[in-house]
Amino acid sequence: MAMMMPTYDLARFGAERMSFSPRQADCLLVCGTISKKLGPVLKEIYTQMAEPKWVIAVGACASSGGIFDTYSVLQGIDKIIPVDVYVPGCPPRPEQILEGFMQVQALSQSESLRRRDTPEYQNLLESYGID
Amino acid sequence: MTNEFVLEAIQREFSDSVISHSEPYGFLTLEIKKEDIKKIIHYLKDSSLEINFLTDICGIHFPENKEKEVGVIYHLHNMMTNFRIRLKTFMPIENTEVDTITDLFAGANWMERETYDFFGINFKGHPDLRIILNDPDLGYHPMLKEYRLEDGTRTDKDDKMFGR
Amino acid sequence: MKDNELSNILSQYDSKEQIDGQLYTLNLGPTHPATHGIFQNILTMDGERILHSEQTVGYIHRAFEKISERRNFAQITTLTDRMNYCSAPINNIGWHMTVEKLIGCEVPKRVDYMRIIMMELARIADHLVCNGVIGVDTGALTGFTYVFQDRERIYEMYEQICGARMTTNMGRIGGFERDFTPKFHELIKDFIKNFPKRFEEFCILLERNRIFMDRTIGAGPISAERALSYSFTGPNLRAAGVDYDVRVAQPYSSYDDFDFIIPIGTAGDTYDRFMVRQQEILESYKLIKNAYENLPEGAFHADVPDFYLPEKADVYTKMEALIYHFKIVMGETEIPKGEVYHCVEGGNGELGFYLVSDGGRSPYRLHFRRPCFIYYQAFPEMIQGSMISDAVVTMSSMNVIAGELDA
Repeated sequence: MAMMMPTYDLARFGAERMSFSPRQADCLLVCGTISKKLGPVLKEIYTQMAEPKWVIAVGACASSGGIFDTYSVLQGIDKIIPVDVYVPGCPPRPEQILEGFMQVQALSQSESLRRRDTPEYQNLLESYGID
Repeated sequence: MTNEFVLEAIQREFSDSVISHSEPYGFLTLEIKKEDIKKIIHYLKDSSLEINFLTDICGIHFPENKEKEVGVIYHLHNMMTNFRIRLKTFMPIENTEVDTITDLFAGANWMERETYDFFGINFKGHPDLRIILNDPDLGYHPMLKEYRLEDGTRTDKDDKMFGR
Repeated sequence: MKDNELSNILSQYDSKEQIDGQLYTLNLGPTHPATHGIFQNILTMDGERILHSEQTVGYIHRAFEKISERRNFAQITTLTDRMNYCSAPINNIGWHMTVEKLIGCEVPKRVDYMRIIMMELARIADHLVCNGVIGVDTGALTGFTYVFQDRERIYEMYEQICGARMTTNMGRIGGFERDFTPKFHELIKDFIKNFPKRFEEFCILLERNRIFMDRTIGAGPISAERALSYSFTGPNLRAAGVDYDVRVAQPYSSYDDFDFIIPIGTAGDTYDRFMVRQQEILESYKLIKNAYENLPEGAFHADVPDFYLPEKADVYTKMEALIYHFKIVMGETEIPKGEVYHCVEGGNGELGFYLVSDGGRSPYRLHFRRPCFIYYQAFPEMIQGSMISDAVVTMSSMNVIAGELDA
């Protein structure tokens, strides 16, 4: 939350408009712990996003389950959706999240335009069961 | 309103319901028979003792106490005189059932659902007793001592390496 | 679904076509920007009016109570600050006080005053976010950005004493890990001098603003009797008119040395909750000022060598310190058996810790009495018959924090 505010402004990097509808968003930031109950909801949101899309897993809990090795916590969102950038930390400092965001910008510059047609990408999505 | 005064009032009204009493850290704690717990809470709420604020309901599991494994613990409070009391009631694990107090306190609704979710205690007469915090697909009541903390169905973490 | 309630509503309509035509089910789903957290509300609506709502919570359930049966007392502090993460020091200090009650430890006066300063800073941070968010939900985004400047200053103060911004893990059993640093003294003097003026800028945006008042007066009211029946505590109960504050009813950590008023409202609606929190921010500011000006000299931790790690220099040179360090880290200290319930005034109400110890290194059972979980069940009753925009503003004014809701 603090990273969007004046001191660590995320808007400098082009992320001014927090779009609350996944259909109009380019980048999905998953912050915080995801429990198994929320897993299907997260997958639904990911499939609603239109290509090109990137996913940043913010925090230790989203990356790998974090300190919560319990029966109810999903041990990392990469179990259900493909992730581009992992930002560790519990909680990550605003500067770390900005760095993660800048890495997404670097990825978007270096990848080919038709990423969705490459066979590796198709195989990746199939392994998650997203078609 | 002292501990002795309230204890004496309860013992006078319900002499055979109170199984035991104690005062750990100055907090009056009574163990009550399972069938009479609702009557006693109702009495505490409506009588001149005015202990009419429900602070919390939680459950507890003692696998070693035979016939009294699962317990429900009520914390009640009288805000005007700042008097707190804890009531406990135990039941055997084969038959975990107790009366609901949602008609006395509206706030007991979710507290009892949470206790049901974690321990499997059936609250008779509850308007909507279903799982609240856990995933409905979980299939068991996780806070009972026989279940482990980690997810038993996970395949990626090797227990030997993680010291379990 | 509560069948009898919904069927009462549906029976007012003549035919199924009318029901399908008129009533609308809206899923204010788990991930929704207006909810500031992860919980779901399924609303049955007639146009814009809400007839019935049903909630699903538990989307961020992390099984804190089961985890705490595995961790020792010092490690549970890290769990407590992830409950109400907007005011984490209050949770930490409340847990430490519970353990101190169990082991029978008395802390020095300086520790009490330091704790008051940190807890009131946390309370200011929590209320600032809540009030800023009420503004955002009515469309006033600027106030939120003002508020975050003050939160950054409070975060800098936390960093001085414990090293972290949000999940603070502040303090130890028996006191604090270090005394206030010179930089902290500088920051807090600056805070005491400048906060009222900056807060005034936020107040004049919203408090007597015509649009804000029209939006929030009458939105989501609850009467004092219903609030007490639902076991409300904290600012939500005080907005309904009941002046119950744990700091005054059962003073802990030397709060009874100070004089502060408890603001109460009358109607229990959103405007009252907003104003109660505004006034509480000012009262907390006065408490911080008084506590800082009268900060007594002394030790910054109690003398409990069984629980408080000794200085590292001593561990390398003295035998007793080495033995204590070993015993604490390996979990060999003797912990009394018993059960204790201790509560503190959290940002949202009475945060209680019920601890049952069987003498082992971790609790046998630890239950958190979380105020958010308990008062959120009254939400359907509060929004019955109101419009959806009122429902959104009511939800944000109740300050429901998902970490505390699910724990």
